[in-house]
Amino acid sequence: MTHSTTPAGRLADAVITAIMLFVIVICLYPLLYVFSMSISDPLAAAAQEVWLLPKGFSLNAYNLVFENPDIWTAYFNTLWYTVAGTAFNVLMTITLAYPLSRRSFFLRGPITFLVVFTMLFSGGLIPTFILVNNLGLYNTRWALIILGAIGVWYVIIARTYFSTIPESLIESAKLDGANDIRIFWTVILPLSKPIIAVLVLFYAVGHWNSYFSALIYLPNKDLQPLQLYLVKVLVENTGLADSVMPSEEKSLAIMQIKYAIIIVATLPILFVYPFLQKYFVKGVMIGAIKG
Amino acid sequence: MQTSIAPSESRAGVPLPKRESALERLRKNTSRDKFLVLLVLPSVIYFIVFHYVPMYGILMAFKDFSPSQGIWNSPWVGLKWIREFFDSIYSFRLIKNVLLLNLYGLLWGFPAPIIFALLLNEIRRNVFKRVVQTVSYMPHFISVVVIAGMTITFLSPNDGIVNVMLDKLGLARINFLSEVDWFRTIYISTDVWASFGYSSILYLAALAAIDPQLYEAARIDGASRFRQLLHVTLPGIAPTIIILLLLQLGRMMSVGFEKIILLYNPSTYEVSDVISSYVYRIGLVGGEFSFAAAVDLMNATINFALIVTFNWLSRRLTQTSLW
Repeated sequence: MTHSTTPAGRLADAVITAIMLFVIVICLYPLLYVFSMSISDPLAAAAQEVWLLPKGFSLNAYNLVFENPDIWTAYFNTLWYTVAGTAFNVLMTITLAYPLSRRSFFLRGPITFLVVFTMLFSGGLIPTFILVNNLGLYNTRWALIILGAIGVWYVIIARTYFSTIPESLIESAKLDGANDIRIFWTVILPLSKPIIAVLVLFYAVGHWNSYFSALIYLPNKDLQPLQLYLVKVLVENTGLADSVMPSEEKSLAIMQIKYAIIIVATLPILFVYPFLQKYFVKGVMIGAIKG
Repeated sequence: MQTSIAPSESRAGVPLPKRESALERLRKNTSRDKFLVLLVLPSVIYFIVFHYVPMYGILMAFKDFSPSQGIWNSPWVGLKWIREFFDSIYSFRLIKNVLLLNLYGLLWGFPAPIIFALLLNEIRRNVFKRVVQTVSYMPHFISVVVIAGMTITFLSPNDGIVNVMLDKLGLARINFLSEVDWFRTIYISTDVWASFGYSSILYLAALAAIDPQLYEAARIDGASRFRQLLHVTLPGIAPTIIILLLLQLGRMMSVGFEKIILLYNPSTYEVSDVISSYVYRIGLVGGEFSFAAAVDLMNATINFALIVTFNWLSRRLTQTSLW
C-alpha cells in the first residue's frame, strides 16, 4: 500500500489521523484527569481549577491514603488472591486442557461436553450461594480461590495450544517408558511457556479487578480485596468516613483522596500492561481459532 | 469413542478381538489412560461440585426453600414463583430493560470496533498505529469498579467535572445518575469506552489475513481507496462480522449485573433494573431464595435457547460455531 497522492486521499488521511488522535484523547483523558487531580494542590483541586495537567503539587492525598490501614489490608488481600488464585487457576486449567487435547484420550468427548455445557447453562447465583454456604466456604478466603477456578474459555485456548504440539514427541517419550503425567511435566510444560504466560495474565487481571464474589461471600472486612474497598469509597461513599482525619481537612480532601485511591488501585495494571500487550493479543487470537 | 482404542492396541501387536463387552473396553481404556484420568480428575470434580450441583439446586425454584430444611426437604410449590413473577409489575419492566440495553449496546457497541479497525487499517505509519492500539486496548484492563467509580465521581452534581463544566457554560447542573433519561446513555457509553479497542483485535486479525493481491488487482482495475474498502476489505471481514453478530444476538436476553448494581439506585430502577440485578437484590439482599432462583432459571432457560438457536444459525450461515 502506498501513500495517497491525490488531494482526496490526503484529505482522507488527515481525517483518519484526526479521528485517531481523538480516540487517544477519549481513552487517556479520564485517567490523566484523575491523576492530575490526585497530585494537584488541594486548594486548586477544591476550586476546580484542574482540567488536564496538575495545578501545583501535593502528595497530601497519597499520604492520607497510605495512612489508612484499611487500604493496606485490602491491598495485601488483593495480592494474596491474585497470586494464590492465579496459581490455582492455571494449574487446574492446564491439567484439564492437556488430556482434552489428546485425541486418543477415551474420555475426551464426555469431559469436553461436561465442561463446555457449563458455558451455556448454569445453576445461577442463588443455588451457588447456597452451595458455598453448605460447604463452609462462606466468609473464608477459599471462596474467592475455588469459585471460578476454571474459565471454560481458557480451557479451550489452552487445549488449542496443546493440540499444536506434535504427536510424535509424545509417542517417542512413550517409547522411552514415560507415563502421561511424566510426559506432561517434562515434555509438554517446557514447550508451553507462551500459553502459560497468557493464562497467568488473563487470570491475574481477572482476580485483580473482580469485586462481586467478595461482595457476596466475604462480609469480613479483614478478608476483603481492594476492589471492594473501592466500591465502598467510590460508589457507596462510605469507608472514608471512619478514617482519622480532621473534619475541615476531610471535606477539602475527600475528592482528591478518591482520585488518589483510583490511581493506587489501577497503576499496577496500567504500568505492566503495555509490556505484556502482545500476550493479551496472542490470547485473543488463539481463542479465535477454535480447536 | 469406539475407535479410539484401535491404534494403540494394534500397535502393541495384540490382535483385536471381534467384539468386546463395554465393561471390558472401559477397563482397558482406563488402564491405558489412567494417568490422563488422574490429571483431569481434580478439574472434573470441580465442575461437578461447583457447576452441576448448583444445577441440581435449581430444584429450589419449584420449592419453598428454607435453609434449615435444605433443598430436598423443602415443600414443593410447582410453578408458583414463576407465575408470581409474571403477575408482578417487574416482569415486563425487567425484560424490557434487558432487551433495550442489549439493543442499544448492539447499535453503538457492535459497529464501534469494526469502524475503529477499518480506520486503523488505513494508517500507514506503523509507530502511530501501534500507539493508538496500545492506548485503545487499555480501558479494557480497568476494573468495572474503577469505571463505575470514575463515572460517579465525574458526574457528581456538586463537584464532578462534567457538572462544573456545565456550570461554567452557564447551563443547569444535571444529577445524571438519578435521572431516568440518562441511565442507558451512561451505561452504554462507558461500555463502549471500555471495550471498543480490545474488541477490534479480532477484526484487525481478519483484516491482516486479506490477501494483498486482491488490493493490487483492485488498484490495477482503477478502484479508489473507498472502492477497495467496499469491495475488498468489507467482504474480507464479513464472515468475522457475521459470526460475532450472531453470537451477540444469542446474548440478547442477558445483561451482567456487575456494573448495573454499581451505577443504579432506586430512582432509576425503572430503566436500570435488569433480571440479573433483580435476582441479586431479591435473592441475596432480600433473602427470597426460591423466588429469585425461579426468576434466574427462567432467564437462564431463555438464554440457553437463544444461544443454541444462534449458534445453529451461525453454523448454517458461516460454517463456524461455538461448538
